[in-house]
Amino acid sequence: MTDLTSLTIAEAREGLASKSFTARELTDAHLAAIEAARVLNAYVLETPDRAREMAKAADEKIAKGEGGPLAGIPLGIKDLFATRDIRTTACSKILGNFIPPYESTVTSQLWRDGAVLLGKLNNDEFAMGSSNETSCFGPVTNPWRREGSNTTLVPGGSSGGSASAVAALLCMGATATDTGGSIRQPAAFTATVGIKPTYGRCSRWGIVAFASSLDQAGPIARTTRDAAILMRSMAGHDPKDTTSVDIAVPDYEAAIGKSVKGMKIGIPKEYRLDGMPAEIEKLWSEGAQWLKAAGAELVEVSLPHTKYALPAYYIVAPAEASSNLARYDGVRYGLREPAKNIIEMYENSRADGFGDEVRRRVLIGTYVLSAGYYDAYYLRAQKVRTLIKKDFEDCFAKGVHAILTPATPSAAFGIGEKGGADPVEMYLNDIFTVTVNMAGLPGIAVPAGKDTQGLPLGLQLIGRPFDEETLFSLGEVIEQAAGRFPAPKWW
Amino acid sequence: MTASAAPHKLIKSATGDWEVVIGMEVHAQVTSNAKLFSGASTAFGGEPNSHVSLVDAAMPGMLPVINEECVRQAVRTGLGLNAQVNLRSVFDRKNYFYPDSPQGYQISQYKSPIVGEGEVVLELDGGRSVTIGIERLHLEQDAGKLLHDQSPTMSYVDLNRCGVALMEIVSKPDIRDAEQAKAYVTKLRSILRYLGTCDGDMEKGSLRADVNVSVRRHGETTLGTRCEIKNMNSINFIGQAIEYEARRQIEIIEDGGSIDQETRLFDPNKGETRSMRSKEEAHDYRYFPDPDLLPLEFSQAFVDELKAQLPELPDEKKSKYINKYGLTPYDASVLVAHPDIATFFEVVAEHEGVNAKTAANWVINELFGRLNKDGLDIKDSRVKDWQLGSLLMAIATDTISTSSAKMVFDVMWKEGGGEPGEIIERLGVRQVTDRSQVQVQIDVLCLQNPEKVEQAKAKPQMLGWFVGQVMKRLGGKANPQLVSDMLKEKLGI
Repeated sequence: MTDLTSLTIAEAREGLASKSFTARELTDAHLAAIEAARVLNAYVLETPDRAREMAKAADEKIAKGEGGPLAGIPLGIKDLFATRDIRTTACSKILGNFIPPYESTVTSQLWRDGAVLLGKLNNDEFAMGSSNETSCFGPVTNPWRREGSNTTLVPGGSSGGSASAVAALLCMGATATDTGGSIRQPAAFTATVGIKPTYGRCSRWGIVAFASSLDQAGPIARTTRDAAILMRSMAGHDPKDTTSVDIAVPDYEAAIGKSVKGMKIGIPKEYRLDGMPAEIEKLWSEGAQWLKAAGAELVEVSLPHTKYALPAYYIVAPAEASSNLARYDGVRYGLREPAKNIIEMYENSRADGFGDEVRRRVLIGTYVLSAGYYDAYYLRAQKVRTLIKKDFEDCFAKGVHAILTPATPSAAFGIGEKGGADPVEMYLNDIFTVTVNMAGLPGIAVPAGKDTQGLPLGLQLIGRPFDEETLFSLGEVIEQAAGRFPAPKWW
Repeated sequence: MTASAAPHKLIKSATGDWEVVIGMEVHAQVTSNAKLFSGASTAFGGEPNSHVSLVDAAMPGMLPVINEECVRQAVRTGLGLNAQVNLRSVFDRKNYFYPDSPQGYQISQYKSPIVGEGEVVLELDGGRSVTIGIERLHLEQDAGKLLHDQSPTMSYVDLNRCGVALMEIVSKPDIRDAEQAKAYVTKLRSILRYLGTCDGDMEKGSLRADVNVSVRRHGETTLGTRCEIKNMNSINFIGQAIEYEARRQIEIIEDGGSIDQETRLFDPNKGETRSMRSKEEAHDYRYFPDPDLLPLEFSQAFVDELKAQLPELPDEKKSKYINKYGLTPYDASVLVAHPDIATFFEVVAEHEGVNAKTAANWVINELFGRLNKDGLDIKDSRVKDWQLGSLLMAIATDTISTSSAKMVFDVMWKEGGGEPGEIIERLGVRQVTDRSQVQVQIDVLCLQNPEKVEQAKAKPQMLGWFVGQVMKRLGGKANPQLVSDMLKEKLGI
């Protein structure tokens, strides 16, 4: 039965349809794998009863020929997504044992299409982090290790649980969210495929908010095809989220294997950083050559405001976060620390309920929005954001279909290795990904190779607004050329 | 706006005359079934926390969705205030911690409100009028209510009001005394009621005002430091608070002190204002555009359509009453003060055979008298508009006398309506209009009193005695004018 967990969604879909195995068997195989891999700390809540119930329902539907596009496919759900009657915490102590009486739009669409919930996945607290070390449930371990080393590595973040679980075969795919790189960076660190769709493509309703103008849900899967399959179920307009866009959801899977001949691929010179490891540089040009070999045309492009993206992001995102997290006040739900009066109750509950990184960002956000500082920080950051967006628009206006960049400036690092003294060291992980959130564009991270220590590296493709299809086509080309990288099992 | 040129009261003091400068922020609850950003009911008086959606309670991951009816109401109000309606406006977050605000911020409009500059014309005593400028109107969420009397150690919160739409209507500092301030709120409330955009019920808190008061020496052109008196929910209290606050500020300045910019509360029991918080203690609200909401945009056609459907407003109505119905400006103002009164009056005045001036007199004197006595609203009047109309028609057609009509009205009021015709018959107060019946009584009276007939010919004042006798014989049901005319003819006087 262990074989079942290593199937892709596309393969499992076929197996279920041809009755080679049942959804129940597929789910049980995953539940067993999860149990055996608790050392990775990918799941913060396992829901085996719910999973078997859903699998049984899927089998019944499949038997009647009424199975949806994801019938019987077992998935993990990032703990940022509200799941009805199932504890949802955003991996923050402040949400305690919060059990939402509602289901997020994105997950409700997955269940509508027949998917099976295996459990809730670990993430950085409120999605604030790039290593999954800020979770109140403790860090997630990357299934990948450096060759010949037992050092535990981070899976990236904030969707570290999602990436780790997908890479370690603990689910067939996972939901994730990306505010500054939280899907793409962990995907790159774990040799999985992660796509952050265009802002507005997926509903944010029922997803615990970090930075509303940047947050976007997307899938992490083991292949571009699987990511495309999941995307189709996750995407779509939602009247409950006025920032979601009313555009028809295409059949993303149809883009897999579509020719990329004649496509213009931009190579942005500003992404060539000083001191960037040579292997990243090499991977990038290799990726470009694969696309060229598939018939695409490479053009050098300029995104001149790239260098301002990270500082601007670390103003905009904390500003929104400081306001979004104000609702966690101990009054209505979640953690409430006893106190003599209301002010003290706020102070005690929030001081105890939020971890260091969350507190740091709430403080930064409060500061940049304060009277006298607003113009110098928040307003200026918004202007930078407009310029970044314009950089991309100018580029696409010249006929560029997509832009190829490295996904991360390095491979996965050790737990506790970064950001201890200087949080900026951790923030630099998102240097290639934040621009995409600032511009609201779609971006995909695809595994493309390994570094000298045998750790996976990924490439990022950035697309035009609502043109995720092109990213899937191009991603597939890289996947075909680079091959797939299964994580060696050691647990 | 030339309010400073308008007549107003100056406050005289030992060191000269002082001018009071007043600006107001009126919070008007939008009339709508659902809240500004959620589907929860806005009904007043529900069990605590019975009208609360997931959005209102700020559950994790919940998002606001604008209620379009609230937008229409704000646009209607803007049009009713002759104001600039902005086709693009932005919702901002006003951040502060308080348990009545579950999100930790209020969604409001800061830099780009839905409605810009407009005006309200006030009519003051003596037929003078003054124009008060409107600075802006914006939409925002109301807060919940804290309950401190439920437990000795804890406070509770009721979120029923939380998220209900408010229009904050900000005036320019054009108001110059307490009378104008009261007239402004009265007029504004009347306009809102005509538009149907706010019920104006100050007791239920549907209309509250923050009053900014400053003083300066007469002739000065710069504004003094202001104090804001928060949360006034009575027009009379607004007047009292301004009177008190202006004198307080003048005294301080005359004693060589200066005014501290601060927020104050009015204590209606003591009739004075007291400090609530100083400028230093003021919140930094950290306003920024709400990233959960796109800018609010609509077309000019949307505005034009609402404009075309706008009801007649009090100013238009008043001039119609004066010009079409011939009412005095005073009567007209009384009748247009509330749309329910105007509607009642118009039904009576438009009733077949009824004279509009008579209708106005009856509504203002008889009807208002009864309503006041019984403490009733006009919409709960025990005599309905069409019933009063048909009573007044009975007078106009000489079916009953005016004094009988008052009797009939009494009965109608007591019985809670009723068909006037039926009551007239029941009371037997129908006037005798048959000349032959009157003639018979006149002839008999004259035959019985020949000496009086002779006396009357020399002394026409005797006529009154004859009229009285005939009326008595006819049980008071004759038209006295008719009797008088026929007697004059008989007696040859």
